[in-house]
Amino acid sequence: MGDLVQVSNLRVVAGNDAGKPVPIVKDVSFSIPRGEVLALIGESGSGKTTIALTLMGYARPGCRIAGGSVRIDGAEVLDLNRDELTALRGCKVAYVAQSAAAAFNPSKTIIDQVVEVVLIRGLMTRAVAEAKAIDLFRALALPDPEQIGGRYPHQVSGGQLQRMMAAMALITDPALVIFDEPTTALDVTTQIEVLRAFKKVVKDRGTTAVYVSHDLSVVSQMATRIVVLRHGEVREVGLMEQILHAPEDAYTQALMAAARPARRHALSTVAVANPAPPLLEIRGLTAGYGRRDSRGVPCNIVLKNIDLQIRQGRTLGVIGESGSGKSTLARVSAGLLPPADGTVLFNGEPLAPGLTGRTRDQFRRIQIVFQNADTALNPSHSVARILGRPLEFYHGLRGAARDRRIKQLLDLIRLPVNIATRRASELSGGQKQRINLARALAAEPDLILCDEVTSALDTVVGAAILDLMGELRRELNVSYMFISHDISTVRSICDDVVVLYAGQKVESENHRPFQAPPYHPYTDQLISSVPEMRSGWLEESGAVQTPPYVDPVNCGTDLCCFLVRCPVRINGVCNVAMPPRVTLGNGNEILCHHSDADLRRLYSPSHMRTDLR
Amino acid sequence: MTQAAAPIATDKAVATSGLRRAGQFLMALPLSGMIGLGIVVFWLLTAVFGPMLAPYAPGAIVASDVFDPFSARNLLGSDYLGRDVLSRLLHGARYTVGLAFAAALLASITGTGLALTAAVSGRWIDEVMSRMMDALISIPSKIFALVMVAAFGSSVPLLLLIAAITYVPGAYRIARSLAVNLNQMEYVQVAVARGEGRVYISCAEVLPNMIHPMLTDFGMRFVFAVLLLSGMSFLGLGVQPPDADLGSLVRENISGLGEGAPALIMPAIAIATLTVGVNLFIDSLSRSRRTMGEV
Repeated sequence: MGDLVQVSNLRVVAGNDAGKPVPIVKDVSFSIPRGEVLALIGESGSGKTTIALTLMGYARPGCRIAGGSVRIDGAEVLDLNRDELTALRGCKVAYVAQSAAAAFNPSKTIIDQVVEVVLIRGLMTRAVAEAKAIDLFRALALPDPEQIGGRYPHQVSGGQLQRMMAAMALITDPALVIFDEPTTALDVTTQIEVLRAFKKVVKDRGTTAVYVSHDLSVVSQMATRIVVLRHGEVREVGLMEQILHAPEDAYTQALMAAARPARRHALSTVAVANPAPPLLEIRGLTAGYGRRDSRGVPCNIVLKNIDLQIRQGRTLGVIGESGSGKSTLARVSAGLLPPADGTVLFNGEPLAPGLTGRTRDQFRRIQIVFQNADTALNPSHSVARILGRPLEFYHGLRGAARDRRIKQLLDLIRLPVNIATRRASELSGGQKQRINLARALAAEPDLILCDEVTSALDTVVGAAILDLMGELRRELNVSYMFISHDISTVRSICDDVVVLYAGQKVESENHRPFQAPPYHPYTDQLISSVPEMRSGWLEESGAVQTPPYVDPVNCGTDLCCFLVRCPVRINGVCNVAMPPRVTLGNGNEILCHHSDADLRRLYSPSHMRTDLR
Repeated sequence: MTQAAAPIATDKAVATSGLRRAGQFLMALPLSGMIGLGIVVFWLLTAVFGPMLAPYAPGAIVASDVFDPFSARNLLGSDYLGRDVLSRLLHGARYTVGLAFAAALLASITGTGLALTAAVSGRWIDEVMSRMMDALISIPSKIFALVMVAAFGSSVPLLLLIAAITYVPGAYRIARSLAVNLNQMEYVQVAVARGEGRVYISCAEVLPNMIHPMLTDFGMRFVFAVLLLSGMSFLGLGVQPPDADLGSLVRENISGLGEGAPALIMPAIAIATLTVGVNLFIDSLSRSRRTMGEV
């Protein structure tokens, strides 16, 4: 059938302030055979989205397509005039953006927006278009396909909205669909459903697609062919199997290595039965936001009855999806949010709930590192000032002594000394995150609370930060509370793990987390949702099971927080009483009605195969 | 990658970076901004050096006729008493520019200070202060000024105080919204978790990041103050004779309107150029900062 898309020698430039053009896409060529999915993969700034947009003849404001050719179905896209481009976009080439929430108009129903493009073009009557939209909703495995279109965007979940955006793109039967990081903003358990729906729809319709992503594991489920990009240049083009198993280019190899995290540092040698009190101990913690009632209970409770311990020199991973209360846990430990109930003990001594009442030494020993280094460093301060302040504040260092210590700190985080005079805005993302970490280290703390410290970074840069954290732990014997939504990161650096779901601790694991089942049903879902970097994984990992029927729940009873989604819930047990904390044979403690033996039987490999295929 | 390629700052570079920044800043200004800056500088110089340059004393009657047109002896003609308009303008600019500048400065500093206090203090202090400012902002500025002048009689310190009080709530509102937003930034949260005091947080972490928008706001307050003071003088309640600011000059020569006397037109043009110039400059500031920020 030949190639649907042929891109040759494509060049895109961006004009900077002085009017000098900076090339951002350099001489890129590739082609896509009909009915295939091509992945554009690379880090931020590699030009992957820019290239994808040129397939619609579009360059973002400030950018300009400087040369080359983009042919779709034999027609040159770059020669089209305005009207012809309008006809191309949405009809022949469709686009699925990263943030569906931002792409939908909140004041119109979803079905109106899905059929909008065909009505504007006059391609179908409204009734035909709506029938087709409903077919697409069904194909994308959306619940209640006939009715769901009548809802407004805020009335459906993020994963559902993303699938509806795909329906919007597919309604004109486009020859080419561009998926631009469509699952990056989703939780893993949602991502797998969306991926499965996308894959089915693309396969059934024989759609040619471009899949833009930074995540190799996701790409390996979708694509047949991969283009690896870096700094606007093609590093390697090849079939997916070849790229995954025998990458030729050095950069592709680095990318693969970073995406397969190895165990980063040896497990802590500190015995669990250490007689000393744990460094940080949280008992019966309940916290939330909003107005407090007469008993001091806030109206939005985010964390409920949390117990956990961090021992000296160990790393505790806190994992959960967005909204599970992970960041709130860090804020409570740092004293930024006084808890409604429960105590926080540090070295066996209770800490004051809020900021007032904590001593300067207590402040020094617990440091917090935030996710986003762009907002965590004051843009009007130099690096020297950012690092110098905690030295001055906690250790009274001034003048030459302080400068010497700043140099040592920069050395510790492997940054050149001359960076000290720069401002935060003049640093790269990885450099900022290192400074962010160094500021915490300047206090010489015992415990560092790391809130999603690598989530905003590219894989390779994030891997370097994790390596650095491991080295620092060995050298300085600090402990970390490592908050993340990424199970493979947590698995690679943490000694102990706490799994949060809807503000409750559903599982805690000591020693080599996520190594030996059984797990809590939610943890199991979390683990099995992380894509593996091989093709066919998506097909092998069965569809999410529909939870078995349970009788309606009486209002006001405290129940398992995972009840609604749990695939192994039991009628008459789970919907009646709060589950107990059970210690399993492998030492994991879970909040569940199932016993060790039950879970082993329910999640045994043979059971999974027969049940899910 | 562009960051990595940026030149490494040495000690010498740091010393000259102030000058270089100023140069870069000028170059980044659009044409309208340069014109505005030129006008602002011109009026500032006039306010400082004007009286020294004036050919006659402001009160001296030097022309033989009233409402003279432009002439070699009286460059901008003469006023309703036959005084030299240029000299009176050069003296009057000092009142208008100086008073408005002082009032705007007072209003901005007070507003920013109160806003920072409100932002880092607890909910109650914030609430009480904000409601008081709301009450103050609800009083029309002209009426407030008229009542104050009626009660205490017009004097330069009173005018300064009136203009400052009038513009504190506006500056407070802008500064508070900036400070409250900045207070949520993670670097402020880090400082709070470090155990820093309120004074350090507001002065070292919050204030430096709101100074640019507050400077823009200061320019706007300055223009408002010029217009308020000129309006007061036009009503005869502002700067009192024998002194005169630009507004008084317009008022006292109002009878020359029919003849199109320069004595009336020149001070009016002076007020117009001053306000337009400041506005042009301020508008270009926010625009040039945007483009500089992208580098």
